[in-house]
Amino acid sequence: MPDVIDADLVETILDMAHHDVLPRGACIEAMKIVQDRYGWICDRHLKQIADLLGMSLADIDGVATYYNLIFRQPVGENVIMLCDSVSCWVMGTDGVREKLCRKLGVKMGQTTEDGKFTLLPIVCLGHCDHAPAMLINKEIYGPVRPEDIDGIIEAHREKTS
Amino acid sequence: MATIYIDGRAVEARNGENLLQACLEAGTDLPYFCWHPELGSVGACRQCAVKQFQNADDKRGRIVMACMTPATEGAIISVDDPEAKEFRGEVVEWLMTNHPHDCPVCEEGGECHLQDMTVMTGHRERRFKFDKRTHKNQDLGPLVKHEMNRCIACYRCVRFYRDYAGGEDLGVFAQHNNVYFGRYESGTLESTFSGNLVEVCPTGVFTDKPFSKVYSRKWDMRGAPSVCQHCSVGCNTILNERAGKVRRTLNRYNEDVNRYFLCDRGRYGNGFVNAPSRLRSAGYVMDGQMTPVPVAQALEQFAAFAKDGPIVGIGSGRASIESNYALRRFVGADNFSTGWAEPLHGAVTRAVDILRTTSARVMPLHEMESADCVLVLGEDVAATAPRLSLALFQTRRTACNKLADKNRLPHWLDAPVRTLGSDLKAPIHVVTPAPTDMDVSATQALRALPDDIARLGFAIANRIDGAAPAVSDLTEEETARATALADALLVAEKPVIVSGTQYASTALLDAAANIAAALVTQGKAAGLTLVLPEANSFGVATMGGLSLDAVCERAQAGQVGTLVVMEADLTRQLDASAFDTLVRSVRHLVVIDHSVTPTAERGELVVPATAFSECGGTMISMEGRAQRFLQVVYPEAPLQVSWRWVRDFAHASGHEGVLDWETLDQAVAATAAGVPAFARIVEAAPKADYELEGEHIRSQTHRVSGRTAIRANISVRDIPPPTSPDTPLKSDMEGTYTTDMPATLIPFYQVPGWNSVQSLNKFQQEIGGELRGGDVGVRVIGERGTAGYAGVAPARMALRENEVLLLPEYRAFGTGETSMWSDPIKARATEAVIRVGGDAPVARVSIQIGAEVFDVPAVNDPALPLGVALCPPHMVARSYEAPCWVTLRTISAEAAA
Ligand code: SF4
Ligand code: SF4
Ligand code: FES
Ligand code: FES
Repeated sequence: MPDVIDADLVETILDMAHHDVLPRGACIEAMKIVQDRYGWICDRHLKQIADLLGMSLADIDGVATYYNLIFRQPVGENVIMLCDSVSCWVMGTDGVREKLCRKLGVKMGQTTEDGKFTLLPIVCLGHCDHAPAMLINKEIYGPVRPEDIDGIIEAHREKTS
Repeated sequence: MATIYIDGRAVEARNGENLLQACLEAGTDLPYFCWHPELGSVGACRQCAVKQFQNADDKRGRIVMACMTPATEGAIISVDDPEAKEFRGEVVEWLMTNHPHDCPVCEEGGECHLQDMTVMTGHRERRFKFDKRTHKNQDLGPLVKHEMNRCIACYRCVRFYRDYAGGEDLGVFAQHNNVYFGRYESGTLESTFSGNLVEVCPTGVFTDKPFSKVYSRKWDMRGAPSVCQHCSVGCNTILNERAGKVRRTLNRYNEDVNRYFLCDRGRYGNGFVNAPSRLRSAGYVMDGQMTPVPVAQALEQFAAFAKDGPIVGIGSGRASIESNYALRRFVGADNFSTGWAEPLHGAVTRAVDILRTTSARVMPLHEMESADCVLVLGEDVAATAPRLSLALFQTRRTACNKLADKNRLPHWLDAPVRTLGSDLKAPIHVVTPAPTDMDVSATQALRALPDDIARLGFAIANRIDGAAPAVSDLTEEETARATALADALLVAEKPVIVSGTQYASTALLDAAANIAAALVTQGKAAGLTLVLPEANSFGVATMGGLSLDAVCERAQAGQVGTLVVMEADLTRQLDASAFDTLVRSVRHLVVIDHSVTPTAERGELVVPATAFSECGGTMISMEGRAQRFLQVVYPEAPLQVSWRWVRDFAHASGHEGVLDWETLDQAVAATAAGVPAFARIVEAAPKADYELEGEHIRSQTHRVSGRTAIRANISVRDIPPPTSPDTPLKSDMEGTYTTDMPATLIPFYQVPGWNSVQSLNKFQQEIGGELRGGDVGVRVIGERGTAGYAGVAPARMALRENEVLLLPEYRAFGTGETSMWSDPIKARATEAVIRVGGDAPVARVSIQIGAEVFDVPAVNDPALPLGVALCPPHMVARSYEAPCWVTLRTISAEAAA
């Protein structure tokens, strides 16, 4: 990961800032595009975005840490987000989680040693009619049963190897 | 007024207020957390739920948040409704799920709004069986402690710190149960108002760090109303004492002045009263060594000195007017000095003269909050009068409120009102030589040198009213600036001009006064404020006296036998050689002070005065408000208030009859009679014999513990509570205490069920309005004077080839005298650095001021013109305070690695 954000991204961020009523209005988008390129938002990049938009660190980190989908720590190549809200809980998300943890050898919130997968909880994905639901990167799964896990994980492992 | 029905009782509500305010004003105990009288409502905590009914036939009703619902005519609500009660109980229950239940070791305990509300809602049994979430705490610097696990996520802290005070470094992170209030990383809170978090936070997340080192429960401390001594704003405070030591300072509500908030210098600057720098006995000083002597001997010594020729007295802006008047009366008006050297003496005298006679209104802080255009002329208000800058910052909110009116939103509906104005700047125009903390929030910040600011001011006044003195040879840029600023002031309805004595420039003060007067001629309700150097500068300047320079002249002419210096350190005014000459040319130097200053170290005889926490007296703030402070500590002899020392000196030296005061009341009465301008100070607070319902007001809570045991290690004999003829408050727990006692006597805020500072609501006639106990302080100036224009514009400031213009750069922490004897402020002050104008990098410079040379760290500041440098007063050269020309040499351009 480079110390400073690539020049083309900086330009895009400044451009977004100019088009917003207040430059700070661009902060979420700015973090999204930086994360898209580097996988997560490191402290140095956060500071750089804050400076570009005239925000304090407290300010921008407040926004960053508010959103589940902005990562302030490194994540694996695949991010698995397992719903832990009510419908999914009723429909058996606990079993899926156990299976996932066992399969990947990590606890919730951790990344596998090979850096392939990060496992995170998430609130309702709006997929309650297919509970228990799970999101891997941008793909939604559901209903997921523990026995589906091996297949899903292996498929993703192959895709990113 | 609207009539609303609370549980069947008809009560009057103010138009446009919310139901929570209405309930509280009606005396109903309705719990709340996130609403704050000064911050408005956001509906974040759901604690203030009540049942509202559509009409008399509606039996079901619905739960609403009282703080988010306007009190409209005929509204029917129930606070006692079982469902509403259950709802409120459950809110506390869930807020408590992650709370550490650590009240016994929590410094908020006993004065905690969360405790009060938990008890009030009846939550007493924990049903939540799961793990608690835990947070890591941060080190937020020397002033504020952080214990995040106690948080209930009411958002008050960030709303105060960011929205109200403009701070940037405190934020809210994460979400849901993990929501975290703190800084991006550990580090000192940057705001000058961070200490208010201690009172704003309804739980023990933010607590007073210095207090925690000398901690005592609220109910175990004596309280007394006091007045801040650290600048000329005159914020009202409560001092807390236990076992003879001042423990902490709290805000005391004064509707017109500081209202709910103090600055950190005021809250944390009072440690000097307990500091090792205190002088505790009378003594002779010889070769820098003090030999303590009994009082009788000290007085005899003084009597001997008095035979050696004329006595000259030097008063002080940090002493009460009673003490200053006593000294003046003893030595005679012709032999009394204000303690200020020129040019400050002239500037303060002029400033107070302007304040007393201006045709504009000398506005209290709260009134300025609703100004629609503020011109700050040559004063770094954020450093010299911090609370004033916070008040001025509220002009931004006033602008938001105007947008709210257009959109028919009540002002207390905080989030939408704030969003409406999110791209507004405060209608403040700052014109100063160097950047100030107010610049970021201001509409514009212009830079100019002091004389040029005065010229600009004269030009503005002249543009507003052609009869005001004109300025010759204005440049095009000056004309354009003057026109733009004059126009901005003229379109405003309530323009306010702010200046002060920071640059000791009478021209600048005249300019500010002329603008205000010119606006008045145009029918504007213009306000004028001039910041003065010390808490009681107004009082001393009103009394008047010689400048320190005049005293030095007399001394050198051999006309001074004994010089009595009272509560002043002359080394802050005179450079080393001038001071030395003065000391050598008077026959005797006598110093009365509460602390050992460099002046006291040179005294021949020094006697210990009480600090403001140990005596009573009157201070007059920059708006001419006379305010009484009362003692919270009962000091032991030989400490006594300065005027008693002066009186004893007078008696000892055969001047019986000049000063026969025994009590503070007599001192006040004599001062009021002796200085016509002070006639009203007797009204500043009730006399010592004041009784309410046939009893004195007590200054300890009825629960105070260890009353007899507290000195058991010394003696088990019961000793009577201390008494003092100078205070109407009784020193102990016996006596009366009501919510409508005189506002100037409130020793602490507490009512049954409300143990935190939030109980203040019960002491007000209406929320945010006048106290039940009436006004706080009296103004010694009339509504409006009749002064016309004065002064002439100075010539443009020409910079010099071989010299640098050194301007005083005041700091909220570091340049104050007494506050720097207080550890927390010392810890907060940063190193003195000279800021040198121009692009050339510098790391260290030597400056020669007069005959003295100082070697100091420096940085260059391209925003300053070449030939100008900034220096914090008193931190580099002790006496340096007013602009002067110095030689400056760069020692090194780069910092040593
Ligand atoms: S820290 Fe205090 S003021 Fe801030 S949200 Fe938590 S409880 Fe409220
Ligand atoms: S603004 Fe001045 S008077 Fe008020 S608390 Fe601060 S130092 Fe004290
Ligand atoms: S509860 Fe899991 S998707 Fe809605
Ligand atoms: S006080 Fe009304 S919701 Fe918090």
